[in-house]
Parts: sequence; C-alpha cells; structure tokens
Amino acid sequence: MEDTVLYTIIVHSENFSGILNQIAAVFTRLQVNIESLNVSASSMKNVHKFTISCKTTPKNMDKILGQINKKMDVINASCYTDDEIFQSEIAMFKISTDEFKNSDDTSRLLRGYNTHIVEVTPDFIVVELAGSSEAINSLYRELTRIGCAVKQFVRSGKVAVTASPLEKVSDLLAKRAERYKDRLQ
Amino acid sequence: MNNGNEKISGSEALIRALIQEGVDTIFGYPGGAIMPVYDALFDHLDKIRHILVRHEQGATHAAEGYARASGKTGVCMVTGGPGATNTLTGIADAMLDSTPIVVLAGQIATEFIGTDAFQEVDFTCVTQPICKWSYQISSPEEITWAVARAFFIARSGRPGPVVLSIAKNAQVGLTAYVPQKVNYIRSYDDDPEIDMSRIEEAAAAINSAKKPFVLAGQGIELGNAQDEFRAFVEKGDLPFGCTLLGLSVLPSSHPLNMGMLGMHGNYCNNVKTNECDVLVAVGMRFDDRVTGNLETYARQAKVIHLDIDPAEIGKNVPVDIPVLGNCRKTLALLTERLSRADRSEWKDSFEAYRREEYEKVIRKELYPGSGPLNMGEVVNAVSEAVGHNAILVTDVGQNQMMAARYFKFTSMRSILTSGGMGTMGYCIPAAVGACVARPDRTVCAFTGDGGLQMTVQEFGTIMEQKLPVKLILLNNSYLGNVRQWQQLFFNRRYAFTHLENPDFQMVASAYGIPSRRVTERPGLKDAIREMLETDGPFLLEACVAEEGNVMPMTPPGQSIDNMLMEC
Ligand SMILES: Cc1ncc(C[n+]2csc(CCOP(=O)(O)OP(=O)(O)O)c2C)c(N)n1
Ligand SMILES: [Mg+2]
Repeated sequence: MEDTVLYTIIVHSENFSGILNQIAAVFTRLQVNIESLNVSASSMKNVHKFTISCKTTPKNMDKILGQINKKMDVINASCYTDDEIFQSEIAMFKISTDEFKNSDDTSRLLRGYNTHIVEVTPDFIVVELAGSSEAINSLYRELTRIGCAVKQFVRSGKVAVTASPLEKVSDLLAKRAERYKDRLQ
Repeated sequence: MNNGNEKISGSEALIRALIQEGVDTIFGYPGGAIMPVYDALFDHLDKIRHILVRHEQGATHAAEGYARASGKTGVCMVTGGPGATNTLTGIADAMLDSTPIVVLAGQIATEFIGTDAFQEVDFTCVTQPICKWSYQISSPEEITWAVARAFFIARSGRPGPVVLSIAKNAQVGLTAYVPQKVNYIRSYDDDPEIDMSRIEEAAAAINSAKKPFVLAGQGIELGNAQDEFRAFVEKGDLPFGCTLLGLSVLPSSHPLNMGMLGMHGNYCNNVKTNECDVLVAVGMRFDDRVTGNLETYARQAKVIHLDIDPAEIGKNVPVDIPVLGNCRKTLALLTERLSRADRSEWKDSFEAYRREEYEKVIRKELYPGSGPLNMGEVVNAVSEAVGHNAILVTDVGQNQMMAARYFKFTSMRSILTSGGMGTMGYCIPAAVGACVARPDRTVCAFTGDGGLQMTVQEFGTIMEQKLPVKLILLNNSYLGNVRQWQQLFFNRRYAFTHLENPDFQMVASAYGIPSRRVTERPGLKDAIREMLETDGPFLLEACVAEEGNVMPMTPPGQSIDNMLMEC
C-alpha cells in the first residue's frame, strides 16, 4: 500500500442543489473518508466553495480530483498538502460556570490558548478557539487532563487559503469566457 | 406560430424543444408518469418517429445503437419508477462507452416527492454517478433550458448519457414557449485549450522515433477525426492497432491497420506495444482489457496521449507527453509538423507475428476442414458475403470477440458493441437502433445463445417495425466466454454455464421472423445467402462447436504480449 497523505481539496461549483451529494459520492466510490468538510458561499456571487480534507494516497487523490472536476457544475477542484496552505477551524467548548470560576487551572489554560468567551450564563460559559486542528486537539486533551468536565464540544470544518497565489475563480471564468467568445455571440 | 403570450403545456414545450434539437426518433415505453408527454407527442408524429420497444433497457441500447451508427444523439423516453430503473444498465453502458444519449423519464409531481408515493424513485440521485448530467425538471418554465442543456452536454466534449426526470406538474403546467440554445456552460470546458508546446514535443518525439506505434480509439470517431487520423498515420507511416470500439476508424484493409489490441487482439500489436519506442494513444483510455498487467505495459516507450478528457490522461498508464484537446484539432496540428517517413523495416517486423497468429490460430478457426462449425468461420463468411461493408453489432462474450476479430470494415461508425460494461443483451436492441438510424446500410448482429435471451423481447420491436436486422446467433449451448475461463482457470469445473435452450427458430417464428439453422459447413454459404436475400429481418442460427475458445488470449494479470495461442 502506498502511504496516505492528508490533503485539503478546494472546490468551486455552481450553486445548484445536489452538488454536495455528487462530490460526496466520489469519495464513497473510492471508500475514502472525509475528515472535514466546509461548504459556504464564495467571494463570487452564485459560486459555492467546498473545503474538504481527507487522508488518502496520491494515486487516489488524482482519481478524486479527476472525477470531481468532471462533474458538470463543478468549476474547478484542486488539492493541497499542509505545507501549501494556511488553515484554520473553530471549536466551541461549553464548561460549567462554577468550574470556570473555581478552577485556576482551567481559566489559566483557556487564557493560554487565546480562546475567547462567547457567552456567559449562570450555569455555563461558552469559549471559542480558532486555530489549527492541533491547537484544538491539544486544548481538549489538556482540559481533560486537568479534570475539567467539558459539557459540550464542537468543531467546524477546516477552511484554508493557499500559500501560493491561487487564480481567482472570477479570473478563471473570465479567461474561459474569452476562449469561448465566438460561441457566446 | 404563436405569439409570445400563448401558453402551452410543459409536455408540448418538451416535444417542441426536442424537435428544435433535431430529434426525429425516440425509443420509448409509456407509463403513468410520462403520459402527458406521450399525449403531446401524438400531435407531432409527422416530425418524430416513436419506436415502441418491449423493455426500457431495450430503449436505452436502441438509443445507443442509433447514436453510434448515426453520429447523432439517441433519445429514449420512459415512465418513472420501474420504467426509469430499467434504463440504468443502458445509462451506465453509455457512460463507459462515451455514447451520447438523452433519457427522458417521467417523475411524480413535486408535491408528492418525498412521500414514497406510487412509483417514486429518486432517479436523479440514483443516476448521477453513472451519467454525465442528471437533472430533475420541476416546473414547465425550466423545460426548454434543460432540454437544450441536456443535448449540448450529451454530444459535446467527451460524449455521454444525460438524464432528465420530468415531474408530472412540469408536464401538465402551462408555460410560454421560449426556445433556448445552449452552447456554452461556464463550468464545463468541452473543448480544452491546446498547449502548443506539447504538440511540438509530441511531433519531435514521433519524428525521431525509430519504432513508433499508434493506438486508435473510438475518440477518433466521436471527434469526427477519421480524415485527420488517416493523414496523420499516412504522413508519418505509422502502423496502428485499434481498440474494440475503434475498429472501424479506418478500413480494416488499410496497410497501416494492424488489427485489434488487447486480451483477444492481434498478437503483433501486443508484442509491438511492448517493443515500440514511441506509443501514441489517440482517443482511447488504456482499459485493462487493452493493457493487461500495467506493471509491464509499454515500459520502454515514450507515451504520448491525445484525449479530450483530462481525467483520462495518466489515469492508468504514465504519460510522457499529454496532448489534451479535441483530437480533430490536435491530430491536424501534429500532422503539419510530421516529417514524411518510410518505416518499411519497422512495419515489416510485424509480419512474423501476424504469420505466427495466422498459422496457430486464424487458419484453424476460419478453415477447419472437418468437425463442427467454428464461430470465426461463420463471422468471416458473413463479412465476406456483405463485402465487409455492413454495420456490425455484437452482444458480449465469445460471439463478441470472434466478431471483432473476424468481421472486417470499410467505413466508419460500423462497430456497435458494449465495450466498457460488457452488457449481455446489448445486441438485439442496439441492432434495432442501428437499423432505424441507417436504413441505407446492412446491419449484421451477432449474438450468443445466452445474450439473445436477455433481450429477446425486442424481437417484438423488430417485428412491428419490420426492421431488416440480419441476426446471427452463434449457438454453442454455453455461456461460452465464462466456460472458456472455467476451462482455463478453474479446472474445467463448468459451474452453471451450460444452457438448456429453447428452439430459437420457433421463438423467431412466433414473432414472424424467418429463420434458418445451420449445423454443417456445406450449408453455411447458402444460409447466409438466404439471410441476405430475404427482405426484412432474418435469424440465422449457427450451431457452433460447444467448447470452442477465443484465441489468442492474454490470461488476466499477465503481461499483454504474453498470449496463449492454443489451449
Ligand atoms: C448482463 C451480464 N451478465 C453476465 C455477464 C457475464 N458474462 C460475460 S460473457 C458471458 C457468457 C455469454 O454467453 P453467450 O451469450 O451464450 O455468448 P458466448 O460467450 O457463448 O458467445 C457471461 C455470462 C455479462 N457480461 N453481462
Ligand atoms: Mg453461448
């Protein structure tokens, strides 16, 4: 078996229904698990952006990209390894207010990680940490280690920007329209 | 004919949109969820011929046969639920073989979708992974747009099947008819930009090659690039082998045409693939039936791959010089840059292998002298009787490989066979499509006794439409292809491959199709003559050797040039 690599795939598509399903089916076909998924509007109107991370072999990655790019309403898809992107995700921790007040360790830990408080109620506080997956994992581990009971924990899908200048979708589409301008008349 | 304000039903709009796309033939089967469209069609029978098939799978293969024989887009129309799911095999078949078809399927009204209503199937979702584009039309206003888009997608770029599910409310709702034309989709690069530096590189590699070999695929026909391909190989004096689907790209008798590639292909081609210094693949996809073991495939060669689909380049075989683009353009650009060459010595080196295959395989298959009839000799006799100028349709199995090996071609778009999927049952309905598309040509359809029974119901379509299919049943009383593998790789343990068959002549006669059975060599020529002289359809049942084998053969997993000549 070839070694697996952690990839982040960035896909731009039309904003039609059913595209997520089609993209997910590509992973199902190759039996590759999606580790994280974020779908949102992009900077361009009517263009959606998917940020998908998964661990797989380079060979499978070629197939995945080939098949995603083939989908009629996908504009482009490309993949990156960790050294080619800056990435971030958000995690939220719900902790009992008593615990937060009474445990110096807990509050020190939370401050040390640059978390910020989103909500405070008499029962619980919600803190948020934006950062790398590792930082989030590490905070969760340490909270557990010092015996802090985390009542709820959620994390978002990753988002990423590329280190190299990525061609903007709007530019890509403009170039394509230019190439096909004879037909567009 | 109507002022912009006139409202028509979605069904009427659908039929008008089809006519606008140039549709003149639909293969279909009605049912509840598509009845309004059938009702609208009833007013346009002067423009559209509807062929009522006997099973929806038949409609899809007929549409495929029609598309492949005519170069146009095949259309089929079915109801929702089971009518729709019956088309899945044909859709998947068209996807793997890049055949442009549009499947129009009925769907229940949108307000009931999601309730498990009668005959509700999420057909869009089911078909998305096996077609080029699948879309559900939910309102009558969308119809002209969706139809225009469907036809553009099916036939452009790398062609393929498109599915439109049409909700009942979209069929019956009223809309203004607003004709649409789609010839550009911004997310879809159907005519990729050609990288001229790759053209220069490829031309230089071919010009300096001592032993170049070309692989010709169906992409050449799909791209309408026969003339460009001919100019290319002739100027460079480049010998070529054909994939199964590419067999009719140039006449079989062309001096540079070395025959078929792959597992049951011509020996010289597989040897030369692993001996050439430059391998130029045109509009083909290095299917495993062509390459055999990839670890040993053409390792010595510099590989140039011309294809319109970027996902194909480097997928199976590492490519040194990728030439992305429509091969009609890329071949012409390459040819301009080729120096005229004379490669007699290299071409002559194929001869020893051709002779070896002829002596060990072909002579015995075609001219056995005694014993039961061979499949190959029947195919060869039919091909000779039609002057090698018919459309060949095959089913799947030994009959397919024998037909591919021994039928010869003189014009393009002459081989209709299920390559990628290997769909048994393809032959009879595909032959229906071919006869409808090309009434000017003879259609010879070879099937096996197994495959015939998978779509035998289309005898009814042949009967009703009086289609002049020349159907040749190569009856070996076995699922022969599987039996051959059992013989070779499973110790002759013939698990469930023997067939207890009906009297096929009686079956044919029930449908009013004249027939004749031949069991012996002396009667063969006369039976073929009778078949070809009979107006309309004919079934020729040739009872062939029960345990005949398709040779030569590259055993699965082996290097492609490692071919068995006998067993
Ligand atoms: C729908 C379908 N089912 C099963 C197979 C597997 N299969 C491939 S060839 C073959 C035998 C075909 O037998 P027959 O039609 O008699 O043709 P022959 O090989 O004997 O010429 C079978 C079962 C297939 N390709 N397609
Ligand atoms: Mg058989």
